[in-house]
Amino acid sequence: MSDSSANKNNSPSKGMTIHLKIWRQARGAAQGKFVDYTVKDIQKEMSFLEMLDILNEDLVRKGEEAIEFDSDCREGICGTCGLVVSGVAHGRHAGTTTCEIRMRHYEDGDTITVEPFRAGPFPIIKDLVVDREAFDRIQRKGGFVSTNVGSAPDGNAILVPKEAADNAMDAATCIGCGACVAACPNASASLFVSAKISQFAWLPQGDPERSRRALAMIGQMDEEGFGDCSNHGECEAVCPKQISIQNIAKMRREFIRAALRG
Amino acid sequence: MSSIGSVIWSSVGKKVITGLTGFFLIGFIVVHLLGNLTLFIGPAAFNEYAHFLETAAHGWLIYVFEAGMLVIFAFHIVAAVTVAVTDKMAARKTGYKYARNAGGRSRKTLASRSMIVSGIVIAFFVIAHIFLFKFNAGNPLPENADGTKNLYKVVVTAFKDPAFTAFTVIAMILLGLHLRHGFWSAFQSMGWTNDRWLPTLTRAALVVAIVLAIGFILLPIILFVNGDPNAMPLPGGH
Repeated sequence: MSDSSANKNNSPSKGMTIHLKIWRQARGAAQGKFVDYTVKDIQKEMSFLEMLDILNEDLVRKGEEAIEFDSDCREGICGTCGLVVSGVAHGRHAGTTTCEIRMRHYEDGDTITVEPFRAGPFPIIKDLVVDREAFDRIQRKGGFVSTNVGSAPDGNAILVPKEAADNAMDAATCIGCGACVAACPNASASLFVSAKISQFAWLPQGDPERSRRALAMIGQMDEEGFGDCSNHGECEAVCPKQISIQNIAKMRREFIRAALRG
Repeated sequence: MSSIGSVIWSSVGKKVITGLTGFFLIGFIVVHLLGNLTLFIGPAAFNEYAHFLETAAHGWLIYVFEAGMLVIFAFHIVAAVTVAVTDKMAARKTGYKYARNAGGRSRKTLASRSMIVSGIVIAFFVIAHIFLFKFNAGNPLPENADGTKNLYKVVVTAFKDPAFTAFTVIAMILLGLHLRHGFWSAFQSMGWTNDRWLPTLTRAALVVAIVLAIGFILLPIILFVNGDPNAMPLPGGH
């Protein structure tokens, strides 16, 4: 590549210099602040989180406190990571989690701001780590099928239209990362809750509990203090699984149905 | 389990109320615009239309209709304002220091961000134009020779005032902005959308917004520029 040939010593290790503005907030503190860092020798092949790992190693070597951030699988399937990178939840690329951001998207000398997911129901624990247990409490109100469905039924014993199965599967891809809340101007959890409600509402197995599920999960969402949806659609744009706001429409149909039936 | 009240005023209930009342309000302004067009036919047509509205069903229709509109407006406003208050006050107390729009599949626009502002201005306009056109700003209404109200004269006089004409034009531009988001958003809030229909509805919202805004802006501007387009003795008038 042209930039490696420009390297005088011909070593591939001479990488990019990246400037970072990272939100630091002490455990239990009500407020934090941006702290500037510069990391050198960043390779294009690295992931964004690997760059943060390198920064943390530097900090630890210098005797400073490492920056706390969440991550687990680092392949975009677990929903643990979640940062607002340069103003957009999970960064500016659609359909990816924070751990899937690659440094090849950046140029030498770029400045990147890193903030935690911000929402009242997602209190900051430390630095970039937020408490997303509100999602677990919503799930516990009905994000499951409580009957024992037994072993796999005979093929075509329960007919499910292809479209319904597709819709349910698309909703079920939600990994509960919380980016929808982080990106929503109102800090609404509508996309998450609607995905969890509609993944069952499309299927016969979810049918017996659909009214109770819809009202209980929506009730818990409100109790947690999430904002109300204004149909901005920012959630769908940042969702790493590209879950559509048609699920929010489905949630409202479920809500009306449940409200009318009592 | 949950009481009716807690269900209706839940976050999703408020959206359903806003959407449902929004549909009624859109229906109303379409009829209102068609009614306005009688101004172009002439003073007699406009006054007769007004007279018909005021006397239909022995004068009861207008009261029932006004009461209905008041209730619809009230629910639309209360539901929308409480949504805005929850969002601004409670949901995200500490804002982002550096935030950008996600772009892509997002529907966030100037229109969607300014719903509460455009809504408040429209509400003030509604009150102002009722005060002016229904009550003639507290003055006795001019009458035709046959004793019926000459509302045509009230309208033409009102739009001689550059300040009121400008306010009307601004309010109607904001009405267009409100509908740009509100029209498709009402369908979404009622749950009447899916991936197949959303793109069509968002495009339709733009068309509805432009057509209705231009429709309502045209009249005050024409009246302001031309004065009375039918400047002739009123049929049966003075």
